[in-house]
Amino acid sequence: MAADQKYFDEMFGHGTAARAPYVDYCNWFKDEDTARLLSKSEEAEALFRLIGVTFNVYGDPDATERLIPFDLVPRIIAAREWAKVAKGIEQRVRALNAFLHDIYHRQEIVRAGRLPAEMIARNDAFLPEMIGVSPPGDIYTHIVGTDLVRTGDNEFFVLEDNARTPSGVSYMLENRETMLHMFPELFSKIKVQSVSQYPRALRKSLAACAPDACDGRPTIAVLTPGIHNSAYYEHAFLADQMSAELVEGHDLRVVDGRVAMRTTRGYKPIDVLYRRVDDEYLDPLNFNPDSVLGVPGIMDVYRAGGITIANAPGTGIADDKAIYSYMPDIVEFYTGEKAILKNVPTHRCSDPDALKYVLDNLAELVVKEVHGSGGYGMLVGPAASKKEIEAFRAKLEASPGNYIAQPTLALSTVPILTDAGLAPRHVDLRPFVLVSPDRIDITPGGLTRVALTEGSLVVNSSQGGGTKDTWVLEE
Amino acid sequence: MRLTVLHKTHYTYDAPVPYGLQQIRLRPKSRPGQVVEDWQIDVAGGQVEVSFEDEHANSVDLVSFASGQKEIEITCSGTVEVEDKSGVVGPQGGYVPLWLFRRSTSLTKPGDRIKGLIADAPSDGGDLDRLHALSAHVLSAVPYSTDQSASDLTAEAVMEAGHGVCQDHAHVFITAARALGFPARYVSGYLMMNDRVDQDASHAWAEAYVDGLGWVGFDISNGISPDARYVRVATGLDYRDAAPISGLRYGNAAEDMSVTLQVQQQ
Repeated sequence: MAADQKYFDEMFGHGTAARAPYVDYCNWFKDEDTARLLSKSEEAEALFRLIGVTFNVYGDPDATERLIPFDLVPRIIAAREWAKVAKGIEQRVRALNAFLHDIYHRQEIVRAGRLPAEMIARNDAFLPEMIGVSPPGDIYTHIVGTDLVRTGDNEFFVLEDNARTPSGVSYMLENRETMLHMFPELFSKIKVQSVSQYPRALRKSLAACAPDACDGRPTIAVLTPGIHNSAYYEHAFLADQMSAELVEGHDLRVVDGRVAMRTTRGYKPIDVLYRRVDDEYLDPLNFNPDSVLGVPGIMDVYRAGGITIANAPGTGIADDKAIYSYMPDIVEFYTGEKAILKNVPTHRCSDPDALKYVLDNLAELVVKEVHGSGGYGMLVGPAASKKEIEAFRAKLEASPGNYIAQPTLALSTVPILTDAGLAPRHVDLRPFVLVSPDRIDITPGGLTRVALTEGSLVVNSSQGGGTKDTWVLEE
Repeated sequence: MRLTVLHKTHYTYDAPVPYGLQQIRLRPKSRPGQVVEDWQIDVAGGQVEVSFEDEHANSVDLVSFASGQKEIEITCSGTVEVEDKSGVVGPQGGYVPLWLFRRSTSLTKPGDRIKGLIADAPSDGGDLDRLHALSAHVLSAVPYSTDQSASDLTAEAVMEAGHGVCQDHAHVFITAARALGFPARYVSGYLMMNDRVDQDASHAWAEAYVDGLGWVGFDISNGISPDARYVRVATGLDYRDAAPISGLRYGNAAEDMSVTLQVQQQ
């Protein structure tokens, strides 16, 4: 395979020889028969179907459950590369928690003139009910999935912070399981840092955030909206893997000042609730009264210190893409250090000059909704037709404050296995970060998402992306 | 002035309620001009699950119904010493940024009628004069009348109805004051009417933030700023934030509520 000179290929760089982290893998690969590997691919798919790792694609009524395609060529990161990335993530996550605390208390960053008040005032995810609330351990975002992209040997950018509810960790775990099952010999040749400890680490991290009301070993539960949710598999999987209860809203109620779950022996109080239900639906007494997914009164118990909710309500303000554009300032303000990881330069379309620039350069830019996620409702200028660009221009002009724009990054590629052999495809990386009062735990690697269509820069599974196992080599 | 309050809210249901919760904001707090000497809340037919302070520093109690209950009664009683401060409440305390009080809520969204009201509101004088004039202007546009079927009306709907009670006046005033650029909030509390011991209901008024003075109260329905006869209990962006009781219950039982309230000078 010859690397495309325009993009940094993580296996071959800009040349034809394997980069250091891939040397051992490539030596193994060259002796392998492509046909055998392709049949392994089918085996992997069968395995996933068997365990049932599926997801739902919104807006596709014919496919309520679909498999995310898996590519068996791993993405490999050297230990020293990872160390720098991990340090950058840790710094960023510390800043995020300090920022969330500040926003719901004195708002020093606004007083200091480093963040305009409108950025909070106009932020739909800002929850007045959280003002003055200090969650147990003062942790707001217990589980973070920082999306990274790479553009060169030493160039990593944070694309999104995902402080609210990052999903996908089950794919990270299943991808590794599958690779271990299919290629045990590879793992004896190449020393790869383990990821299988994640569920234990998650349990430990959540337990360390138990509220004062907790008496003895913390009881942890995963709150799911139910089987129709796109990530239900993951909710069930995580609950099972960390020996926690999987509960739905109707299993829970307020009993003796705690949120408790129904069991065969009466109600049992929950100390830490890993909720995968959005803020709006979390509590019909305090938020959307029509919600049947939440627990009435849970916010009252929370504010009285009777339960830990992970992630804390109101953390979504940090996922706002206009707030994202301030992250270098936010990191500096709360840590006193320059941000280690770069931010993608971001044009806030609420600013008239920025809007003009964006409208003049739509064909070169990526435009995203401020509150959007999952690759929905975005424009990738270079990949869009004239018609799509014009349609987007109209939306942008109608509500500029709803959008930000970024240059189209030259995302790195990693080869995938095709019938014709290895072929480069663009990737991103979502490492999974656990935050407790004692430590920040980052699982080495994470979920690599890959745009399976040649040339495509959109890696979201909802938009035809696949996944890869991610290897961080041992020192 | 030393006021004693006895406030009972009695709910009855035509069928047993399998599960229900009530969030109550019925504990006045001591603050400049208001000293709560004693205050008690008793719940018959339910229990207090948790108590906390919300973002507006209101004391909140979460009450659960005893299972299968057909009635529940919440009794508040206590003594509060109040001083006349000419309605001046003072600076914004706590963490809530002032801009939050410029936010419109679903009950306080300005529509064409509120915009019309503002357009012909008196605009002479300083902030305080303008707000007093606005208060009088609201009352003349929406005269006091208990002849109202719905509670929880939006400010626009109140303007359309053309008359209202204290809660409605507060909503119209808040909506208009915010549109004029003043941070404004809703206040629920008690008022001792001079001519009677038994009051019809708890009272509501509004506060607007005036630079230099801080929060200032306006009892639109009575055309004055609160004095020593007013006990301030809870505040919020609108009625829903400061409601004395808001609840949720399972099952289909129909609810009937009766209130008895006595406020008297000791």
